[in-house]
Amino acid sequence: MTESFVSIRNLYKIFGTNSMAMISRAKAGMHKADMLKEFGHVLGLRDINIEIKKGEITVIMGLSGSGKSTLIRHLNRLIDPTSGEVFVNGTDILKLDRRQLLHLRRTQMSMVFQKFALLPHETVLRNAGMPCSVRGEDGKKTEETARNWLHRVGLSGAEALYPHQLSGGMQQRVGLARALTSNSEVMLMDEAYSALDPLIRSSMQDLLLELQNDLQKTVVFITHDLDEALKIADHLVILKDGEIVQQGEPQYILLNPADPYIEDFVGDINRARVLRVRSIMTEVTTDDDGLEILDGDENLELAILRASGEADKTFAVHSDGMRVGTLRMTEVLKALVPAARRSATTKEGP
Amino acid sequence: MASYEKLFDTLGLRTWCDAGATGGPMTLSELVSKAGGKTAEGEAIPFPSLDVLHKACGAFPRTRDMTAGLERFFLDVKDPIKVVLDPLTQPLSWALRNSIEVMQSLPWWAAIIILVAIAQFAGRRVGVTLFVLASFLGLAFIDHFGYAMETLAIILVCTVICVLIGVPIGIAMSRSNTLERWLTPVLDMLQTLPTFVYLIPLIFLFSVTEPKLYGIAIILYAIVPSIRLTNLGIRLVDGDVLEAADAFGMTSRQKLLRVQLPLALPNIMAGINQTIMLSLSMVVIASLVSAPGLGTLVLRGINKLELGVGLVAGLGIVVLAIVLDRVSRAALQRVNKMHQPGA
Ligand SMILES: Nc1ncnc2c1ncn2[C@@H]1O[C@H](COP(=O)(O)OP(=O)(O)O)[C@@H](O)[C@H]1O
Ligand SMILES: [Mg+2]
Repeated sequence: MTESFVSIRNLYKIFGTNSMAMISRAKAGMHKADMLKEFGHVLGLRDINIEIKKGEITVIMGLSGSGKSTLIRHLNRLIDPTSGEVFVNGTDILKLDRRQLLHLRRTQMSMVFQKFALLPHETVLRNAGMPCSVRGEDGKKTEETARNWLHRVGLSGAEALYPHQLSGGMQQRVGLARALTSNSEVMLMDEAYSALDPLIRSSMQDLLLELQNDLQKTVVFITHDLDEALKIADHLVILKDGEIVQQGEPQYILLNPADPYIEDFVGDINRARVLRVRSIMTEVTTDDDGLEILDGDENLELAILRASGEADKTFAVHSDGMRVGTLRMTEVLKALVPAARRSATTKEGP
Repeated sequence: MASYEKLFDTLGLRTWCDAGATGGPMTLSELVSKAGGKTAEGEAIPFPSLDVLHKACGAFPRTRDMTAGLERFFLDVKDPIKVVLDPLTQPLSWALRNSIEVMQSLPWWAAIIILVAIAQFAGRRVGVTLFVLASFLGLAFIDHFGYAMETLAIILVCTVICVLIGVPIGIAMSRSNTLERWLTPVLDMLQTLPTFVYLIPLIFLFSVTEPKLYGIAIILYAIVPSIRLTNLGIRLVDGDVLEAADAFGMTSRQKLLRVQLPLALPNIMAGINQTIMLSLSMVVIASLVSAPGLGTLVLRGINKLELGVGLVAGLGIVVLAIVLDRVSRAALQRVNKMHQPGA
């Protein structure tokens, strides 16, 4: 039902003086560490394929240096690829000329930055209105739009202040308002919340989800924090050394990690709180069999709470008032242990 | 000396030497030795300078011929250069002459009011403005106001031109590493050359009666910090903010006007402050080539040993320097505060 709005196909990016010559080596399968050691070139991205769906939040996650910023900057061509294609709304943006590219950046893409990147000499209102004024739109209307979005992100009354007079969290709200003012379909957020304190970060995540509920933008969100990724992602892409290790629905990745790297990554997560009932239920559509009802979007914590210690309890799982499956507490208990540890125990077990 | 003659003989260059021999008047040392005086003749092997070689071999020019040749060369190229340079620099003469005239023709109270108003507008600091008022009243009291106005008029015109030319050059320099590589040694040279050296080629090109002679000397000397600090300021602009400007689709013109110049403004203002101070120091030296103002009084003090005149004029220059520095610094601090009052 949801079509993909941005497609990244076979994308390679190599940093260095002779990147074109390196591309064949990268395509032949050479990895980042080898290329750096043998040829002194940095393999930024290797064979990236992502379909970014309209109206979804796609989260790109990876450790520092894994190529997240490089990847997101290909979407508005702040960085040009060494090889590969990027389609936005059906157009190959690598074929755009200078003028068309400006148009794309002005109307289709907005961006929120880790270090806020506001204009220090302009007021909050002017900063928030920047996308419109860059497009040369009418001053009065720009102000009104900016004022509305500032109100929406909770910054009413701060219009006449300068960025340095605001806290980090509030500055990032200005950054968010600025991105929204541009009224673009795609919103790129490069570690937008990484510089914020945990509590403020959490409230900013809630704000994003709340806005997303109403606006249904196509958001590409970058983070190195798994909790943040799991909280907001519709589609999760995990990046390592410039390569995609796994991508898919977060719940699926959590239950079926593709390799030890991801198992390691998801090992420390509070699974009971993150995993949802519908992800581990067995699908049934039969009629009500008198079991206690549980909503599919609830997390396992609630299921455990409701079971109140009964290890063999069974729930009827409903979604939108319809029976969709059955949840057995034995499945719940199994799901709480990461796959890695499960297989390790069976091997070593007596 | 005989040793060099022998050298040319053994090399078989004798005929070439004699053929190229140029007569010409004798040098001073030749005259002296002819008159029976003793010269460096006694040295066994003198340094093979042009004069010494000339004696051994007529084909070599004497140092005197060399400098005369250079002078002739300058005189030859002077006219074509003037054809290009004269119309280009004429507005400078015009601006200097007129601004001095305007400053002189203003009644003293009007001039003081205008200057105090400018100080207040630029610096917005009451203390500085009062200091400016007191300084000019003091200068007027000892009958140096007119001279000070002439000096100020020259500084004003030259600073404006330095900014008009220097800032665009600085912008161009910030955008091209090649240009920066080529311009940096030129700017280094302009700043390290002793100020007198500037005047020599300029005197050749322009007559001493033209104001542009000293105008160009002042501008060449004072423009350097305007260029340098504009370049530096733009290069130091936060890369993240520039990236945001790009991400929202600013053209390079929008980026320049809305991001780079405003963020570089503190540095540019610091450059202008230095340009003003360098103009002042050069305008004093330029009184050697007929620049009017307080410098002429200092020059009189030196030439005629009128100690009092020179000292008072020197003091007036110091006062003027403090005034200019305070006001431009106050303006700079105001801009800085607008950018990072938190810091
Ligand atoms: N302009 C560049 N020149 C050379 N190497 C670069 C450049 N930009 C990024 N890199 C390298 O590419 C890799 C990915 O960087 P980046 O995308 O910034 O990672 P992340 O945002 O995930 O921390 C890093 O190894 C980094 O050193
Ligand atoms: Mg990054």
